[in-house]
Amino acid sequence: MTSYSLTEGRARGSVFTPRAQALQLACNRREFLRTAAGLTLGGTLLRSSGLVRAATVPKRKKVVVITFGGGARDQETFAAEGQENIPHLMKDLIPQSTFFTQVVNRGILGHYVATASLATGVYETVNNFASLPPEHPTAFEYFRKDLKRPASDAWVVAPSNGFNRIGESNHRSYGSGLGARVLLPKHLLTAATSGGRDFEHLLRDNYETPFYAPELGGGEIELEQLEQILKLSVDEFKKKALTLSSPDELSVYIARQLMKQMAPSILWITMHDIDIAHAGAYSLYIEGIRRTDRLCADLWKTIQSEPEYAGNTTLFILPDFGRDSDDDSGGNGFQHHRTGDALSRTTWMMAMGAGVREGAVFDRPVETIDLVPTLGSMLGFTASFARGKPMAELL
Amino acid sequence: MRPPELKPEHFNGYLPEARKLVVGYIGTLRRLPLSFLPSLLREVVDYDFRFPVERRAVERELATLSSLSADALDMWCKELAQIQISPKLESFDWINAPAQFVEQLSAYLWTTHQLDAFREAAVQYSSRLQAAVSAEQPPVPRLGITVVGQGVGVYEEAVFRKLRPHGAYFSRIKPDGGLEQLLNVVTARAKAHPVAYGHWYVDGGKAVAHDSVLTCVSYDGLEPARATLLRSIRSETERPGMGPEALRSLMARLRPSDLGLGTGDEVLDRFQVKILTEGSGTQIFSTTFAQWTAREVLRRAQPVTMLVRFAPRQRQKPMNELLSGNSDHVDFDPVGSLVDGEMGAYYNWLNQERLPGAEESSFLVWFENHGDAVAVGPGMARGTVSSTAADIGQVISWMS
Repeated sequence: MTSYSLTEGRARGSVFTPRAQALQLACNRREFLRTAAGLTLGGTLLRSSGLVRAATVPKRKKVVVITFGGGARDQETFAAEGQENIPHLMKDLIPQSTFFTQVVNRGILGHYVATASLATGVYETVNNFASLPPEHPTAFEYFRKDLKRPASDAWVVAPSNGFNRIGESNHRSYGSGLGARVLLPKHLLTAATSGGRDFEHLLRDNYETPFYAPELGGGEIELEQLEQILKLSVDEFKKKALTLSSPDELSVYIARQLMKQMAPSILWITMHDIDIAHAGAYSLYIEGIRRTDRLCADLWKTIQSEPEYAGNTTLFILPDFGRDSDDDSGGNGFQHHRTGDALSRTTWMMAMGAGVREGAVFDRPVETIDLVPTLGSMLGFTASFARGKPMAELL
Repeated sequence: MRPPELKPEHFNGYLPEARKLVVGYIGTLRRLPLSFLPSLLREVVDYDFRFPVERRAVERELATLSSLSADALDMWCKELAQIQISPKLESFDWINAPAQFVEQLSAYLWTTHQLDAFREAAVQYSSRLQAAVSAEQPPVPRLGITVVGQGVGVYEEAVFRKLRPHGAYFSRIKPDGGLEQLLNVVTARAKAHPVAYGHWYVDGGKAVAHDSVLTCVSYDGLEPARATLLRSIRSETERPGMGPEALRSLMARLRPSDLGLGTGDEVLDRFQVKILTEGSGTQIFSTTFAQWTAREVLRRAQPVTMLVRFAPRQRQKPMNELLSGNSDHVDFDPVGSLVDGEMGAYYNWLNQERLPGAEESSFLVWFENHGDAVAVGPGMARGTVSSTAADIGQVISWMS
């Protein structure tokens, strides 16, 4: 063996345990937010308008969850040198949010399985590279079964072929047809355009397995979805698609159309542009971060302006996990998330909107599997098989 | 099979020198845990085609392990021994396919939530090894040079922000003839201190004329191999049942002749194959190629001198189009490539700092055909700025 460690890097004894590293990361984030976003250390800026809005909302509660498949490190986001890449998060969204600085993913750091874990509240162990349903019930199934909601009330907008089964588990207590419907914008586009060259920039599949890029399907079912659910003609869709620059822009466009037409109570959007980092081009990774920042702000504006969502919706934004640090020689810095180090496992979450305190920062460690129980407490369902705990700070 | 069952004939599939090495230490190998031994064998199985410094490193490691008493060896490996291995992994041919075993082990560790424990165990083992084995110092202090920004004209943003705190920033380098000066420096070092695979020139585009005393790898030079690889991948992924992990295993078995590579230097050829088959993005983005190649050169060959020149990469296109290898019309992104190269330069410096003798090493990054450079080294004060007009060659002389 060379003097590099077993994981292909030179291991040096570290003075920090992973837990200490995660806490250090959280403290750094807290300091970045305090200085840049003007948030108050140690707790809460209670602005009465936020809580009052929640107390008087007569409409059905809704939740929108945005996950990034492809985390971003602090040095490219919250650190001083990275804040130029996230102007919307820093100036517009974070001041209106409750921010958790230490959200730990203790599961498998692959995008599909990690997103499935976010959706079930359990660290799933399905094959990340296969299109398999989660093994445990999803938030969508709990929501629909407990509250007897129709299929049209829970949707997932997912970026790539491998995510097409994420809406519903194969758990015996729930059965098929009880989950969220999944829209794959790339399939819609393929169906509408027959894969024309003008749209190829929107049809990139995932970056985790670029060599194995499954052929994108798209046929009659997708054309029906366009017409009947999104109320878009093929021509309208194509015309709009020509103005978009990336797969995530396409996803957000579809999500906004869904919000207008169906107004689902749970809408889950997974974004992936940042994951271009796997191709090793730093400039493209930064471009992905900047675009994602803008798209999150766009979605928040949509939530605040759509009548069915304004005032009664809680928005969650969280990466599925982070990326490797420059300090771990087992990795190659920003490019991957292979080392399992504290930086790749520790990410953040923000929540804003109905029922959420503005300008609050919390450092205590929470886990990504805490999201589903928290959604349950907010929306009124019981996530019986989830292993996480509700985040009291949001309830 | 478990390690205690090892016999010399199990290594009959190994290359001659590799076989001789492992059979000589078979008693020691039998005592190592299965969670670790294949990782060690992965470094040995192609020992005959490893760089000299890698061979010496693995020899030292085996000698050190062999010198330990039974109790001491058990103590060294105790954390690794606690990692649970599945029967399926035990029955895998980890002797002849150790790299594939390690990949499957990684997936297993993730799935069984043992990755953190394995990582910690690996750190403990490595710490003990580093304490016991003196690292091989370079014959002269190392010099790393990275050149970025080829093809960029006027550029208003500040460059080298990550490296400036570590060295001296020069704002008035005389750009004319800069690359030639750097190549002259590198060549002179190679001639003055001949070390097999000790002096490298990596070019992310077409390599400029250089002395054959330098070991050279270039993105353009590997174009035929890249095209062959991408064609092979496209053909394989169309086969039913071929998934990403099977594809990786297939790529791991590729040999230089499969890609039409044959420089006459099997060590270098195999290195180049691994760059293309193990590096993510090296096949399609020249900046990724340059950075990953530099990383692997530093990690494996531990060069005394390395010059890395970044070149413009192609613009981002749909992944299928990038992987098609269709080079009919390629748009380049010089500014994006500069940003890539800046980060690449920082990583080159970081990785050089991980090598023995780092306190004596020097590193230079230069914005090609511009006045900006950062020089890091024993002769350079950190965080300083110089507006003195200087040749790049002069800066190099100030660095040591």
